[in-house]
Amino acid sequence: MIEILQYEFMRNALLAAILVSIACGIVGTFVVVKKIVFISGGITHAAFGGIGLGYFLGINPILTAIPFSLLSAIGIGVISKRTKISEDSAIGILWAVGMAIGILFIGLTPGYAPDLFSYLFGSILTVPFSDIIIMIVLDIIIIVTVLFLYKEFQALSFDEEFSEITGVPTRALYLLLLCLVALSIIVLIRVVGVILVIALFTIPTTIARQFTNKLKKLIIYSILSATILTVAGLWFSYFFDLPSGAVIVLVLAFAFFVSALIKRLRTKTDAFS
Amino acid sequence: MKNGVIVDLQHIFFSYGDVPVLEDVSIKLKQNDFLSIIGPNGGGKTTILKIILGLIEPDKGSVFVFGNSPKAARKFIGYLPQLFTFDYDFPVSIMDVVLMGRLGKRGLGRSYTKEDYQICLEALGEVGMEYLKDTQIGDLSGGQRQRVFIARALATNPKLLLLDEPVASVDTRWQQTFYELLRELNKEIAIIMVTHDISVVSTYIDKIACLNRRLYYHGSKKEGMHKISEMYEYPVQLITHDTPHSSSGERTND
Repeated sequence: MIEILQYEFMRNALLAAILVSIACGIVGTFVVVKKIVFISGGITHAAFGGIGLGYFLGINPILTAIPFSLLSAIGIGVISKRTKISEDSAIGILWAVGMAIGILFIGLTPGYAPDLFSYLFGSILTVPFSDIIIMIVLDIIIIVTVLFLYKEFQALSFDEEFSEITGVPTRALYLLLLCLVALSIIVLIRVVGVILVIALFTIPTTIARQFTNKLKKLIIYSILSATILTVAGLWFSYFFDLPSGAVIVLVLAFAFFVSALIKRLRTKTDAFS
Repeated sequence: MKNGVIVDLQHIFFSYGDVPVLEDVSIKLKQNDFLSIIGPNGGGKTTILKIILGLIEPDKGSVFVFGNSPKAARKFIGYLPQLFTFDYDFPVSIMDVVLMGRLGKRGLGRSYTKEDYQICLEALGEVGMEYLKDTQIGDLSGGQRQRVFIARALATNPKLLLLDEPVASVDTRWQQTFYELLRELNKEIAIIMVTHDISVVSTYIDKIACLNRRLYYHGSKKEGMHKISEMYEYPVQLITHDTPHSSSGERTND
């Protein structure tokens, strides 16, 4: 098993799995407790517009996806509060429009679009080192921001109205949180793809939630469970030659099922003891 | 702040879309007042509190809190919202909830200080909950939760306390203690309490406002009690407690 690490692509894949787990463990926790899963899905799909733009301009699609997902994050936040459109509908519109723009750009790009499938469904075994660098930078931004604003994000997630009254700029903080979601989507896209990002945001935290009641621990447990499970998924997909994004999601789902079962059995034995 | 007027609402109109919620409502609150806003559900009681907090802006009318705009005055206000709005599955301890009361006292990105913890412990002590400080919010009963959120409002060291249905789910025995606590606090700070529990009004409160979209009465409680019946459009049986230490057994708990 160790010998496969001699391949550069395998070392990159392992590194990518860890970087992805840090991003989704931290941001996914807030996505789950603040119940912004659908918004995150919307931003993810809107980011596909940026990937299409990258193909069209002939530059790294990950780079063009960054401004695209940031703008759509801010767009969803602003549209839903400033206009009479409900947040729900704003998300739905951006979701589809982002995808449409992406498809249009790819259609306009002459020739065949290489790797397109990997942006849609992920491909952890083909992550180039240049993308690893981008992922490291984004992870650092996410970690530093959350360390700095932890108490504000916690309060905002639990009771936005009260946070507002205490004089905290909740509007700006909420947009910042959505921007962190946008950045972690960029980290995740290479590994599981646009379609499957939402699984990494929700499943590790949902698993961790069954074993802790504390927000800080929830973040740490989410990172740990995401790391173990994405590495496991990576291993399965390599040895059985299966699509990595789908395998990782299914491993996550299986682990969630098992954890729910363990939790149930534990509660039952507690009740009888 | 002219003549000690803390809250000055004048001719407030507010509607959600086409549905009028408040029509020409004027309320004044002075230093050391204990005002109860009573009225049926949907009568606009919570809306009034949100206007005072600057969470919503009236369509028409003027609002001054501590002689200033509501947003500027927020830091002097302790607020107890209605409790059904929360997600009690949220991973947060009692202490974390009460610490939120100190959120605005520290700058962005600063940690809570020892002083904050001390203030929160005292606030929890006032509502008799300090022994549960490390418990998860989801593990408490409805009444205990209410006490935690009251502690959070107190932890802001407010000069004005806004309470939205503060005794909706607490047991009768604690209600008595709670009103005694409010009476003590009222020596220093003004209180507005929204309630539909008319039975508490007579004992502990000196002013009432009867609100059902428009203001039916606003003044001292003595003259106001019969107005309540008029507003509810049916005779209301009032239980009066003219001595503060009367037995709590006769008060009904809804």
